Amino acid sequence: MDALKLIGVLIVVIGFAIKFDTIATVVIAGVATGLVAGMTPMEILETLGSSFISNRTATLFVLTLPCIGICERYGLKEKAIDFIRSIKNATTGRVILIYQVIRTLAAAFSVRLGGHPQFVRPVVVPMAEGAAVAKYGEIDDEVSDTIRGASAAAENYGNFYAQNCFMGASGTLLIVSTLVTAGYEVTALQIATWSIPIAVISVLVGVWRDLTLDSKLQKMVKGGGK
Amino acid sequence: MNASQIVAEIFYSLIGIIFALVGVKALRDPKAEKKVTTAIFWFLLAFTFILGNHLPKWITGLCIIAIAVITAINGVKQSANDVPDPKKVRASADKLGYKVFIPALCLALVAVVAATLGGSVPALNWLTANNAIGVSGLVALIVAIALFKAPPKYAVIDGTRLMDNVGPVGILPQLLSALGALFTAAGVGTVIANGVSAIIPENSRLIACAVYCIAMALFTIIMGNGFAAFSVITVGIGVPFLIMQGANPVVVGALGLTAGYCGTLCTPMAANFNIMPAALLEVKNKYAIIKSQIPVACIMLVIHIALMYFFAFR
Repeated sequence: MDALKLIGVLIVVIGFAIKFDTIATVVIAGVATGLVAGMTPMEILETLGSSFISNRTATLFVLTLPCIGICERYGLKEKAIDFIRSIKNATTGRVILIYQVIRTLAAAFSVRLGGHPQFVRPVVVPMAEGAAVAKYGEIDDEVSDTIRGASAAAENYGNFYAQNCFMGASGTLLIVSTLVTAGYEVTALQIATWSIPIAVISVLVGVWRDLTLDSKLQKMVKGGGK
Repeated sequence: MNASQIVAEIFYSLIGIIFALVGVKALRDPKAEKKVTTAIFWFLLAFTFILGNHLPKWITGLCIIAIAVITAINGVKQSANDVPDPKKVRASADKLGYKVFIPALCLALVAVVAATLGGSVPALNWLTANNAIGVSGLVALIVAIALFKAPPKYAVIDGTRLMDNVGPVGILPQLLSALGALFTAAGVGTVIANGVSAIIPENSRLIACAVYCIAMALFTIIMGNGFAAFSVITVGIGVPFLIMQGANPVVVGALGLTAGYCGTLCTPMAANFNIMPAALLEVKNKYAIIKSQIPVACIMLVIHIALMYFFAFR
């Protein structure tokens, strides 16, 4: 009988997995959980409403959007591109590593650089492949896939592991509101501070990754029977 | 209400105004798709932010049901945005140089400074960490307008543009926290905890850390969304097996979500990070990004477990 209470968890898992609308999934899971727990419809609306109101914290990131939007209009992304383009004579691994460092800093300061479509494809991939061509001559599809995969991955590492260093990030605020709701008084400043170690470590792992990428490319090119 | 709550209500009302303006933008755009449902969505959200706290809570509950119905029928669409002209952006970047980063730095630094001051100066005790985020948003906006000599209307134009880009998903973190509250009220955490207690021996902190982090990653792999995993797994495993056993909630929470992101790196369910970019970058193997990420994700997950074990119980 107790296991029935897990229906909400099941709905969330299935809803997200089959890509049903995320907001509707969460609300349906909430209502279903309330019903199996024996709440009346009015109690469910009350609980849903009051927990939504008390968790408005999680949406505070909206207050940072006007400033970020204006910075974009005045050339923030363009200057980031200028910076990475000014790097000369780097190996493929190093180009990708430098991008990861830039992306990590940008995420920690909530700067939007445009991600895969606006930064990785037009800037990082041509530079990383250019470095490989300069070193090895022509590259085949497999080498190109490896370089592109690693470039796209650098974007994800920087984005995921550093975003919570910003107090106003939605992930940081989700952690705060979840823990406060559970009865533990934590603040966004504490969560942001404790998100720094993982951001630093992710860059160190990136250093290892990109050094090994260079030697892997070397092997792939030689192994190609040239 | 005390001073910090009043300031917080002002900031929430500002957020409500931004939501309402996105709705107004949709109504005023003659070519907008589904403009009526889009506007209703943003107005309902604005209503809950501005007035929800002052009215009976079931009214907000009802609004949330309506919001979910609108998103379920795919009723929210972006309306036309005043997108910056690339030539003007380039010219402004050349003129401003690296100064263009100053407001963004302010955004992060002012929040930290304000929260620290609020925590140590009694006269500033209204400056809670949450209010500090609002203050930093305003200060950095003023710095940007002054430094760029930007017409203030761009605060509205660009603020609503980005909010519209983010779209309905922007309230997902808040809804998930609310869901977490319902789970707790209904005793879901206790049920999960009873099931999990079979595999976590008593007093084994290392195994508890490992189970929590791995569960975060696995649930994220299944759902493709670390936020959703966080609200379920933290209530079910993080609180009973770590925090109630004396672990520091700050360390558990901060590492918990990024442990989930190790799962995001491995899953095709997180299509917009792993699959769509593969198409965009024209790689031959659509799993090339995931293939590249799995070793790093595994190393990072082990590091998360170790950090949690060593720092959460100090």
